Amino acid sequence: MDLQTTIYLVVGASFALYIGIAIWARAGSTSEFYAAGGNVNPVMNGMATAADWMSAASFISMAGLISNMGYGGGLFLMGWTGGYVLLAMLLAPYLRKFGKFTVPQFIGDRFYSKSASTVAVLCLLVASLTYIIGQMTGVGVAFSRFLGVSSDMGIYIGMAIVFAYAVFGGMKGITYTQVAQYIVLILAYTIPAIFISLQLTGNPIPQLGLGSSLTGHEASLLSKLDSVVTDLGFGKYTTSLPGSTLNMFVYTLSLMIGTAGLPHVIMRFFTVPKVKDARSSAGWALVFIAILYTTAPAVAAMAKMNLVRTITPGVVMQDTDPYAAESAIQYEARPDWMKRWEVTGLLKFEDKNGDGRIQYYNDKTTNAEAKAKMDAAGWKGNELTVNADIIVLANPEIALLPDWVIALVAAGGLAAALSTAAGLLMAISSAISHDLVKGVFAPDISEKGELMTGKIAMAVSIIVAGYLGLNPPGFAAGTVALAFGIAASSLFPAIMMGIFSKKMNKEGAMAGMLSGLFITLFYVFAHKGLFFIKGTEYLDVIGGANSFFGITPEAFGAVGALVNFIVAFAVDKVTKEPPEHIQHMVEAVRVPRGAKAVDGAH
Amino acid sequence: MQHDSQGYWSATLGLLTKILIIWFLVSFGAGILFAPMLNGIHLGGYPLGFWFAQQGSIYIFIVLIFYYKKKMDDIDRRFDVHED
Repeated sequence: MDLQTTIYLVVGASFALYIGIAIWARAGSTSEFYAAGGNVNPVMNGMATAADWMSAASFISMAGLISNMGYGGGLFLMGWTGGYVLLAMLLAPYLRKFGKFTVPQFIGDRFYSKSASTVAVLCLLVASLTYIIGQMTGVGVAFSRFLGVSSDMGIYIGMAIVFAYAVFGGMKGITYTQVAQYIVLILAYTIPAIFISLQLTGNPIPQLGLGSSLTGHEASLLSKLDSVVTDLGFGKYTTSLPGSTLNMFVYTLSLMIGTAGLPHVIMRFFTVPKVKDARSSAGWALVFIAILYTTAPAVAAMAKMNLVRTITPGVVMQDTDPYAAESAIQYEARPDWMKRWEVTGLLKFEDKNGDGRIQYYNDKTTNAEAKAKMDAAGWKGNELTVNADIIVLANPEIALLPDWVIALVAAGGLAAALSTAAGLLMAISSAISHDLVKGVFAPDISEKGELMTGKIAMAVSIIVAGYLGLNPPGFAAGTVALAFGIAASSLFPAIMMGIFSKKMNKEGAMAGMLSGLFITLFYVFAHKGLFFIKGTEYLDVIGGANSFFGITPEAFGAVGALVNFIVAFAVDKVTKEPPEHIQHMVEAVRVPRGAKAVDGAH
Repeated sequence: MQHDSQGYWSATLGLLTKILIIWFLVSFGAGILFAPMLNGIHLGGYPLGFWFAQQGSIYIFIVLIFYYKKKMDDIDRRFDVHED
């Protein structure tokens, strides 16, 4: 059986499994569908939350970016897990006690104003839509490889399937389907990592393999990798920074508080049975997320190693001179996986010095010693472009693993991308139809009308996200990071102040949210174009790229959040205190006793 | 609220502060600010700062959440505000 057939079979089987479980669970109990897992134990719930949370950015894109960034890639790992500590302690138990279903509802009630809730809806929409652009990029990569088409075509097909998947969305609400998705996803991620770790270090546990010696060598894998990539003009793997220490610091902080401010994550903790469960389910979710997140750095480092091994076969294991004329493989003799990825347009080769061999290195290096050797070897520039988003999907192919492993990874990537995209679309459609249209513009809209509005909102967001996904503002994980920055700068501070400051009033909260959102978008759009449309960047207005202390737009959310807090407290000082009953409400939210079942369901 | 809500809230904030300090130290401290220094120490093949940034902080985050849950349950019971 050839590879492509195996992929179709495994992907088909995984989807049959999800649908089968959905049908079985629905027949078993209808109430569970509405209670969103009310009676499921915290461990299962944690697994489902993990599946919901880990998207194309975590699964497909993150390890590829770490692979390129080295040590600095740790910002994704710390940022996207450290946020759970904040979520578990600062938000989840209190929002659960508050007992409403969506973030705009909380903001609207706590700040006793419809306008505040409308501002929250606006922030939620901007963050979620940006998030979906990142997902669509990932969907495009997954489908282009899965069907062997160009990545643009992959996005078009992906758009259609995501739409069908989201409309058939009932299946998402069922915890057991998500548990199944988690299992497929985590197997797809860890099995190739185990194989590769064994090949390179002889240790089957990737987390330990990354800290072991290379097979048959004294040197550790990481120190060998350091020297191999430095020879090729890249930054030293274990120390290379993303710009500066300051940038890494604020980038990590942005992702952390963004995690705690993203509405579709928070929503999961609204519906657990008790306040106590809200605390522990965040912990269990993090356990299951950590399995992937601690494997990712091993995948990243080993993929880099294997990529170098493919192109210059002797360099890693036999210590061959990377600059020797015969070291690099001939383009004609390239392995099949490179041919397969060339079809998608995400891997490109251009023979700049006409020697018929592939030179893969950093031609913009500042390392003078390496540069001199490259020039002496007659290299005329880097000849191989590998899109960072393909690393995880191509990883088992690069390591020459069996076909069924490659197929499993394709199934995992599709599950990750589709489930999160569908979840976000549902969050968007409910925010528009329920919180905005029914809540503000047309309170007496019929249930049918509300449903219709939701579907239209979904279709429009898919088209917008797909269009922007064709010319994405960055790699999938980078685009998703922008969404976290937006959530960090707008929603997180407002929710936090709503719980931890009794005196925060509506004027302060609204001014804070709007200024945080505005300043972050202003900085992001300066780099990425107005509403992410290519060609509308206005970098000269802010004085060049990363002009604010070298902070990149992805990292700017933390600054936006700071602005949000400062503006909110300043405005709060000069306006009227919140009414007495709101202050009592805040006190009541702080203690667990008396938590009722959630109301205000959709 | 007839219970000592002031006391409950300050006990809660005390616990949060303690955990947030550790949270900060392992990630922003050991993983970022002090990473260059810690990299001189090795944990197997891992330079220690690199380990904190890509492995260690995640493990500690998990411990922190479960520690928080346990301590918070104790505080709830001590001030008699627990559920059921």
